[in-house]
Amino acid sequence: MSIQLKHLTKKYEGSDTPVLENVSAHIEDNEFFAIVGPSGCGKSTLLRMIAGIIPISSGSLYLNGEVANDLAPKDRKLSMVFQSYALYPFLSVFDNIAFGLKARKQPKDLIKQRVDKALALVNLTDHRDRKPKDLSGGQRQRVALARAIANESKICLMDEPLSNLDAQLRAKMRIELKELQQKLGLTVIYVTHDQVEAMTMADHVMVLNHHHVQQIDTPLGVYQHPSNEFVASFFGTPQINLINAQYQNGSLKMDEDFIMDTDDALIEGHQYKVGIRPNQLQINSDVNNGNAQVVNVSQLGDRTMVEARLKNEQEVRIVLDGQVDIRPQQFIQIEGANGYFIFDADDRSLVSVKKGALTNA
Amino acid sequence: MLKSFDNKALEELNDSNASENERAKKGLKKRSDFGYAVLFLGPSLLLLGVFVFYPMIKTLYMSLFLTNNFGQTTIFVGLKNYTSLLTSASFLASLSSTFIYVIGVMVLTIVLGLALAVFANQKLKGIQFFRTIFSSTMGVSVSVAAIFFLFVFNPTTGLLNQMAGLLHLPQLNWMTDPNLAMITVIVSTVWMNLGFTFLVLFGALQAVPRSLYDAADIEGASKSYQLFKITIPMISPSLFFVGIVTLIGAFKSFGLIDLMTAGGPNNATNLLVYRIYQDAFLNGNYSQASTESIVLTIIIAVMTIIQFKVLEKRVNY
Repeated sequence: MSIQLKHLTKKYEGSDTPVLENVSAHIEDNEFFAIVGPSGCGKSTLLRMIAGIIPISSGSLYLNGEVANDLAPKDRKLSMVFQSYALYPFLSVFDNIAFGLKARKQPKDLIKQRVDKALALVNLTDHRDRKPKDLSGGQRQRVALARAIANESKICLMDEPLSNLDAQLRAKMRIELKELQQKLGLTVIYVTHDQVEAMTMADHVMVLNHHHVQQIDTPLGVYQHPSNEFVASFFGTPQINLINAQYQNGSLKMDEDFIMDTDDALIEGHQYKVGIRPNQLQINSDVNNGNAQVVNVSQLGDRTMVEARLKNEQEVRIVLDGQVDIRPQQFIQIEGANGYFIFDADDRSLVSVKKGALTNA
Repeated sequence: MLKSFDNKALEELNDSNASENERAKKGLKKRSDFGYAVLFLGPSLLLLGVFVFYPMIKTLYMSLFLTNNFGQTTIFVGLKNYTSLLTSASFLASLSSTFIYVIGVMVLTIVLGLALAVFANQKLKGIQFFRTIFSSTMGVSVSVAAIFFLFVFNPTTGLLNQMAGLLHLPQLNWMTDPNLAMITVIVSTVWMNLGFTFLVLFGALQAVPRSLYDAADIEGASKSYQLFKITIPMISPSLFFVGIVTLIGAFKSFGLIDLMTAGGPNNATNLLVYRIYQDAFLNGNYSQASTESIVLTIIIAVMTIIQFKVLEKRVNY
């Protein structure tokens, strides 16, 4: 089942600014499609519009090639996993999963067969007679998943399904979810604010911010070719460095002592932002007087995170492999970067992607 | 020698002093615990004793005696009051009209209260106005409601019959026909009950997460299926609570009856509590009124226990 969004817009009555504006996307059959963005960007609204819980203000939604704007939720042949799981507290696990099938008046043996299959898929066969309150958070999450599976619809919408789980369980469920999606051949639209979930599971990622689509690309695509400053800063931990710089005489001047040559034809005297991932920076800590002073050092075991300050007070995050002996207050020399992005400081859009080395002039 | 003796005596003295002190402390502690308990329980025990326990025991006591016009017990008759009461045709008639009334009030109150609550829980423009209106009967006193309904149901000048006349419908003798009089008091009581019932059920509905309905919409459950399979189970504790409160309240109805029908016509609306009032304070038959009170108490207790036993299994806390 493919899904197509064409210029979808959602506007609430009495409000001038739309919650979502002009959202277009094509989601292929059997694709894992993640919608990511900060809270309040409209990502859950978009999911609910696809589900039919919230009406679409303008634009068209196509399910399997047919316009579905005015279809009732039940006729859209999809299932949904809610952030709160939306389990019925008074029903057993079995009855929770069977709820939709019973509502659609399916024959008893079919219901039993489908629910048993779904229970087996999420490893909850032993818990079929328990009530949701007797289950752990992870098990409840699985019940919600099983309910979506038992439905046997080919589209599954997921609204931050893992956000109520602890970090370890979340990592485990990420893998299980992805496996399940592939095994069942589901088309999944997955809403999350967690860039790691989007990066690890999705085939394609839609980045939403301020009610607009920022970029739709593969996970590596958004990481390697962020269309603007927001996308660049949303993906990757720790966050990318965005350093203010002015273009002068063929080089980008970030600070008196931190100037880098560039072969891009930029506008003389214009302000840019240089985006450098923390692990792409090259430094020399064995100097007496460098171009940055260390503010804070975090030893993470396999990495060392350094926060330093340029002489014009701009902060720079640096990640170094292994355990590096650097102390606060010490001066370091930032020598260059293995790759970087140049963004326009005015409209924040991407100007150039540089793979090669950048060296301090 | 002397010294050691002195020491010994002193030690003994100390010992006895110490143990006495300890005993005194313990005693004090015990006494003060009890004192605190009395201090805390006293006021409510006193009030309950004067206004609940004493009248209860006195009623039970009086139901085993004959009484004179001043309510003083005269001759002990054992359970004879009970046997004669339970074989009295007029008492049994009163009992059956009470049951009809209670069942009518309970069913209508809960069904209508739930309907109003479900309606008020919709996301509609101006719904706040209806929410206020629906709960407003809580602020109306029994006497005002009774007068209002007397105006509505009056056979000649009442609103209902005047409207029926305008529409060329038959005008019914609401207050004077025995069967219709029962309907009149049931309708009035239900109206009085609705505000509270609505408020409790509406509050319960508000606490049901929206996502449950969203999930049901997607899974293909119709609205009526959602009402019976999601809404009612989710608010069952409140429904149960409202059921018990309405049941007990209906058994104890007095004000509306007194003001609207005074038990008539032809004793058709002579409910138990009204009958007790008549026997005790109009006829001066205190022992019979006491007996009836005890019987009413037992009936309410039994009905409440049945409701707990039968319904509690289906309530999901």
